[in-house]
Amino acid sequence: MSPDSSMQPTHLEFRDLSVWYGQSKALDEITFSVPRHSVIGIVGPANSGKSTLLKTINRTLEFIDIAKTGGDVLVDGQNVKSIRNVYSLRRRIGMVFPLPVGLPMSVYDNVAYAPRRMGIHDKAQLDELVENCLRDSVLWDEVKDRLDLLGTKLSGGQQQRLTLARALSLEPEILCLDEFSIAIDPVTTMKIEEVLMRLKERMTIVLVTNLTQQARRMADAVAFINASQLIEWGPTEQLFNNPGKELTGRYLNGEFG
Amino acid sequence: MSQTPSRSWRAILSTATDKIEKPIELLIKACGLSSIVLVAAIFFFVFWYAAPLLPKIDWFGHDGFFTSTNWHAKEREGATYGVLAMIVGNFAVAAVAMIIAIPLGLAAAVYISEFAGPRAKEWFKVSIEILAAIPSIVWGFIAITMIGPLLIKYAGATMGANLLNGGIVLGLMSVPLIVSLAEDSLRAVPDSFREAAMALGANRWEIVYRVLFPAARSGLMAACMLGVGRAIGETMAVLLATGNKNQIPTSFTDPITTLTATIASEMGDAEAGSPHSQSLFTIGLLLLVITCAINLTANLFIRGNKRKSAA
Amino acid sequence: MPDSNPFSPSPYELNKESRATLAEWTTFSISVALLIPVALILTMIAIKAAPAISWPYLTGDVSRSGAAGGIWGPLMGTFYLTMLCLVIVAPIGVLAGIYINEYAPDNKFTRSIMVAVTSLAGVPSIVHALFGLGAFVATMGMPKGLLTAAMTLSVMTLPVIITSTREALSGVPKNFREACWNLGASRWQTIRTIVLPNSFGGILTGVILVIARAAGETAPIMFMGAVMWLRIAPSGPERLMPYGLNDEFMALSNHLNLISKDIPGMPEEMKFGSALVLLTLILFINGIASLVRLHLRRRKRW
Repeated sequence: MSPDSSMQPTHLEFRDLSVWYGQSKALDEITFSVPRHSVIGIVGPANSGKSTLLKTINRTLEFIDIAKTGGDVLVDGQNVKSIRNVYSLRRRIGMVFPLPVGLPMSVYDNVAYAPRRMGIHDKAQLDELVENCLRDSVLWDEVKDRLDLLGTKLSGGQQQRLTLARALSLEPEILCLDEFSIAIDPVTTMKIEEVLMRLKERMTIVLVTNLTQQARRMADAVAFINASQLIEWGPTEQLFNNPGKELTGRYLNGEFG
Repeated sequence: MSQTPSRSWRAILSTATDKIEKPIELLIKACGLSSIVLVAAIFFFVFWYAAPLLPKIDWFGHDGFFTSTNWHAKEREGATYGVLAMIVGNFAVAAVAMIIAIPLGLAAAVYISEFAGPRAKEWFKVSIEILAAIPSIVWGFIAITMIGPLLIKYAGATMGANLLNGGIVLGLMSVPLIVSLAEDSLRAVPDSFREAAMALGANRWEIVYRVLFPAARSGLMAACMLGVGRAIGETMAVLLATGNKNQIPTSFTDPITTLTATIASEMGDAEAGSPHSQSLFTIGLLLLVITCAINLTANLFIRGNKRKSAA
Repeated sequence: MPDSNPFSPSPYELNKESRATLAEWTTFSISVALLIPVALILTMIAIKAAPAISWPYLTGDVSRSGAAGGIWGPLMGTFYLTMLCLVIVAPIGVLAGIYINEYAPDNKFTRSIMVAVTSLAGVPSIVHALFGLGAFVATMGMPKGLLTAAMTLSVMTLPVIITSTREALSGVPKNFREACWNLGASRWQTIRTIVLPNSFGGILTGVILVIARAAGETAPIMFMGAVMWLRIAPSGPERLMPYGLNDEFMALSNHLNLISKDIPGMPEEMKFGSALVLLTLILFINGIASLVRLHLRRRKRW
């Protein structure tokens, strides 16, 4: 079993985090923290700001010209705003977004992309890394004989897992998954979930999902975001069985969303 | 707080590759900014070498720049700078060219984008590209050696080089530009428009003139405008094809001259810094303003079109 | 009498259909009609030039104002002019295109710059000639010659290269860039590993087409040191490199311009010969661009 998350130091923390896209507010003073080696589930209806939240962690929100942020995000106690080399930050954080993106290069090169950018060119080391990442994302068996296939020519679900494999290739300390199972069949999803539960020993996982049951299965704690606001957060079972707010209970029971 | 134990490579290599790219990025930025500056410099230098003459020119008087045909720029005493005939010539030859090029170009664009099969499309596109590749001077050569004699024989022209000849050549030269731009804007109309019209029982021609023409209107207009811009700015072909005579034409077979041709034929003799040279720069400035205005409007049309189809 | 088949077309629909067929045939005939005179013209040029085209013509010196001899000098001039222009404009233009598409913030200012650049692609070549005279010769005091002529051509073609480069770059989906950024790749790493490899062909095609255009231009070089006749060394390395950077030069386009005018005793095939050589040269360069594009379409990667 994973270490007791309540005993772990805080790994990721949001303090009064607000995001505006032009005039409209996408996140409104979000505050919560995530202990090391835990899985936090972030649930909420579509367009409530969950994906925006992820983009603030590795500062890819900066690529959206109209986005403005207030408040702080802390990784390992360090404010991400104060990190001068933003690339080193991004290399510590794995990101999987719902839209599957296979890069137009071979499956092998897709997974080896990030390690190579960091200067690893040793063939044996790369081979091992690629295989491990593809095994962890449950793609290995499907592609092991055609690693030279173009990443863009895989099916949607395969590309999704390839995206996951790429994120894992960074050996990230925080892994952010945004609706990772959207294009993947249930059996494979279950397999990936198993792997993720094992990966928890090595990294903290932020799991954005529409599937409340997925959050219940995997997450140690759950944060419920609705209409840009953090309604409630706490240990998973507490939130599901004994929510503090009526809205939370209704959402988790599938009454709206 | 300590970091999680990580693989050794990650600790070592955080910024190793970032050092090489600083100079490259600097170079990219330098090239980007300097080429923007360079592009602005065109206006500056053409203006600068026309400037000394500008306050001295009579613009709208008896021998005025815009109002007379008296172009005696070489005279040391009493030089006059009337370019009316050139402006008229320029627009006349461009008009003849457009009468030829716009219907032909649009028709070809419609055929290529809506009716042609894949193989025919490929053939026509390659042919249009060949047409576009023929350089201006070769068109001029074609005008005097081939079209001119035909006009003397069949159109009753006394000289092969005249307004009509220039118009024909310019028309043929502008066609590829109009075809490719018009085809682009027809293709930019989303297929859903075509499918919706087809579902309502429209056939292919109805789709073209009821759906595509309205939807691609601004792009098609831009195509025509850029054609006009090209026709007005064209130099060598016009210089050879129109006869280079400073007069307002009264018939299609009159030789004429244009702003561009005047610069091309006189700049070689103009002494640097002389009023003659300055007057040619003034014509250049006028050309720059006219063509930029046309192109700017056309490009704004195209951008508007793109934004609409993207929405 | 009511029609038994409810799907048979009404007279109105039949009329509509025949109009559509008419439209198709009209546009088809116009398209063909456009190409016939051009095909005829090209054939005529080839036929009339045939008597002149020979090895001695291509490699011989210009003599008697082009009425005799060959076109070696102009040919070399056009070659070096084009190469110089390529060397100057390709790196600057491509890098500038990369800057505008990949680095410049996507705001109103950048977009207006881009509209300005695109519009400048339509500035008449004769105005660029004036710019070259004003900026390089009069202001910077450079001699009229091969280098200043190539620089003028470069300024003329710069907006075109920037525009085509930018078009090629923006053909690479934004998703790819974002995926790389999420992996911690820097902007330049992303450009080098994803954007450029997947837009290289498009950029190359743009560069080649611009070079073809530069090779045929006359107006920008005619006041920049292009002359009718120069003595060229009969043999040795100077035969292959007849002009220094600051020397006056001959060029094929200008040669054709000068001998097109009525010169008494000018044999027709001499004129048509140089027209054909120039045309062949340019169509050959264009053909390379087409091959690159064809190759690209074959191996579409997404």
